Amino acid sequence: MNPMFLVILTPFIAAALAPWLQRRLPNRAGACLTLAPLAMTAYFTALIPAVAGGGDRRVALPWVPALNLEIAFRVDGLSLLFALLITAIGALVVLYTGAYLAGHPRLGRFYAALLLFMGAMTGTVLADNILLLFAFWELTGVASFLLIGFESARPKARAAALQALLVTGAGGLALLAGLLLVGEGLGTYRLSEIVLQGDAIRASAWYTPALLLLLAGAFTKSAQFPFQFWLPNAMEAPTPASAYLHSSTMVKAGVYLLARLSPAFGGSEAWYAALTAAGAATMLVSAYLATRQSTLKPMLAYTTLAALGAITAALGIGTEAAVKAAMVFLAAHALYKAALFLIAGVIDHEAGEKDAERLGGLARAMPITAAAAALAALSLAGAAPLFGFIGKEVLLEAALDAPRFAIPLAAAIVLSGAANVLVAFLIAWRCFSGDRPALPKTPREAPIAMLAGPVFLAALGLLFGLAPGLAASSLLAPAAASVAGEPVPVKLALWHGVTPALLLGALALALGALLYFFRKPWRTGAARLAPLEAWGPEAAYHHVHAGLLALAHWQTRVLQHGYLRYYVMAIVVFWIVVPGAAMLEVPGLFSSEKLLGEFRLHETGLAVVIALAALYTMIAKRRLAAVASLGVVGYGVAMIFVLYGAPDVAMTQFVVETLTVLLFVLVFYRLPEFAQYTGRATRLRDLAVAACGGGLMMLLALAAMDAAPDPAVAKFYAENSVPLAHGRNLVNVILVDYRALDTLGEITVLAVSALGVYGLLRLRMEKRKS
Amino acid sequence: MTASLILQTASRIVKPLMLLFSIFLLFSGHNAPGGGFTGGLVAAAAFCLNAQAFSPAEARATLRFNPRSIVGAGLLGALASGLPGLLLGQPYLAGQWASVYIPLVGVVKAGTPLLFDLGVYFVVFGFAMMIFLGLMEEAHGA
Repeated sequence: MNPMFLVILTPFIAAALAPWLQRRLPNRAGACLTLAPLAMTAYFTALIPAVAGGGDRRVALPWVPALNLEIAFRVDGLSLLFALLITAIGALVVLYTGAYLAGHPRLGRFYAALLLFMGAMTGTVLADNILLLFAFWELTGVASFLLIGFESARPKARAAALQALLVTGAGGLALLAGLLLVGEGLGTYRLSEIVLQGDAIRASAWYTPALLLLLAGAFTKSAQFPFQFWLPNAMEAPTPASAYLHSSTMVKAGVYLLARLSPAFGGSEAWYAALTAAGAATMLVSAYLATRQSTLKPMLAYTTLAALGAITAALGIGTEAAVKAAMVFLAAHALYKAALFLIAGVIDHEAGEKDAERLGGLARAMPITAAAAALAALSLAGAAPLFGFIGKEVLLEAALDAPRFAIPLAAAIVLSGAANVLVAFLIAWRCFSGDRPALPKTPREAPIAMLAGPVFLAALGLLFGLAPGLAASSLLAPAAASVAGEPVPVKLALWHGVTPALLLGALALALGALLYFFRKPWRTGAARLAPLEAWGPEAAYHHVHAGLLALAHWQTRVLQHGYLRYYVMAIVVFWIVVPGAAMLEVPGLFSSEKLLGEFRLHETGLAVVIALAALYTMIAKRRLAAVASLGVVGYGVAMIFVLYGAPDVAMTQFVVETLTVLLFVLVFYRLPEFAQYTGRATRLRDLAVAACGGGLMMLLALAAMDAAPDPAVAKFYAENSVPLAHGRNLVNVILVDYRALDTLGEITVLAVSALGVYGLLRLRMEKRKS
Repeated sequence: MTASLILQTASRIVKPLMLLFSIFLLFSGHNAPGGGFTGGLVAAAAFCLNAQAFSPAEARATLRFNPRSIVGAGLLGALASGLPGLLLGQPYLAGQWASVYIPLVGVVKAGTPLLFDLGVYFVVFGFAMMIFLGLMEEAHGA
């Protein structure tokens, strides 16, 4: 088996083992499970040299060729960058979780969901078949649902999880439609082939609808405007989940898709306009909303939104500089944002407080955390010599070089940069310096498992800032090349000279500092604009949600009225109308010769007996008499089977009829006698419906007799019954050998229906007991 | 249901016969009328007779296993009978046959369709028992 399959399977296996492992080794499970993502990181690191030269690694397994679905994976520059981020940050988060959620009764399930997500996300970025990509994409949504709603006892967590699932799920449906358009339009479902046909795609008739659908999918997943509202609510998740999913990986899935499809869909007016507009709008809206927050996690959530907007806008611009900027900024953001989220968790865990304005002076008690926070915050603020500074610089350069809307884009970046600086001040300066107020818990330095992540990530931010060449040629250049479709030189340096980008960056720093000092009056002023949110996208979501529920309630009330007789009537009327109408369309469906052919006496006698018994069932006054005559009908039918040479069916029918009569007697014995409840008109109506139903059945039976099945099949069955199937009873051989799969389905249905009856009976018995 | 001495005595004699007959139907099904469906139903009829004559609780005790488990075991057996074909490189549920020597009986052909039929037998039997015993207990409780 190709090692890549094994690597992709690893997190799923680890997820399956996690609950058991947590039960067996309560304190060490986190460290053990960290080995899985660490192994994956090692594998992907080993692939860096191969991919850096512009090559790739592929594996493919056919799965369902009829659906164009194959298990195909491909590691190139872009997917390698993402895979490294996913697995490395994932390893740190798993380690962190062990300490953060230590003692939680459902920690095993949290690990399982986290690892499931890791596997799904890795699958998404490595998938080479677009349907496979979609499957993994949806799986990340499911894992995210499980993680956001982890504290399922809290209604807010459940609501937030549902919101995330519905928004990203709806986008996912649009994504599937878009992918199908592309696949059918081009005739290939291989991603690596699709991205090579950019000109054909851009010239085709279905370009715009496909683009809109794909953008719907990407924008919902990456929380771009107007779908951004689910991300701040997703902060209900435990901090490790927020750090992993909602800052570094899952929300980047949409951006990954945009980057991956850049060579195919990019370069057109529509692409440029849509992405830059959405990106800029997201940046501005989330920057504004970030300045209103003082709670740690929401602040970080909004700045994540702004960062995603920046990357989207850069991908929209599409120039070489912009593509380079997107990759650099993506990497820098992942590093510092994950670190900051983990640090927010540390502060919450050790000090018990989540609001930055109520914290302070933690540096004395938690020096290592303070140092990591300082580095990560500097990277967030875009201050030299951190990697975030380089990211911001190249982003501004790309914006200033954009063919259109350069000034608005640059302005948006500067403003969101200012908001970033404000958040950086709040989380690093406000929390750690100054005097320490009264806190719910006495803070101490966090355990190593919780510190490893922030320290490592913050240090990487410093390392890549001081020596960006380490990452540039090996990781970022191949990634940019995959996005642009051609090699992109990536030369990063800390000092570029006094460029407009540098000046704008300094402006952002100054604005942010100003904002920090005047943050209290700013927040008060901004609060007056709060009523506008009633018109925002989140309000729209709530209206749609409530409307859908109301529709469902109404529809259930109408259709599920609880009257058995109307259910039965609905079923009978339906199949009188539909097959009946269909039969009228087909001319000459049955020949009248059969109807008037020769009948022998005993056959006629049997038919008369059955008909009379059926009639008596309808008019019988006593229940047991009705049951008995129903039994006569059943036995009569069994006799028909005997007369026409089907002994197996006849035997089964006899036993079934016996048991059914027994069943009816059991149930009816204690019921009161029949009573007349309905008027004449209702009974006539019911008679008419029943007569039509019976008549239709008769016509169907006649039509079935005339239909000639393929004689070759029967011949094959009969000839091979003894030699191949070792049986002389052809009926049984068909049941358990030739058509065993059908029988398997039938007995599964039997099992399920038995469970249904059992459940209903239990319900009644328990209701009676209480 | 009032207890009837005639029914009780009769069921004591008839039930083992019916069970034997049901097993006979199962095994002879491949070459003569019969098979898993009929066999399972006849076995269920035997236990239903028992439950009517005595009480559902006693039928359950005689049955020893929970009917739900019987259904599950039957389904599992039917599913598993398809695996030998898969392991030998053929499609799932491809019938595999072997000659088996049973002392006092001789050489007999046994194969995975027989296992499948056994699974069907248990599913039908368990299905009928679940419904019957459930309804009988509910009626008794009324």
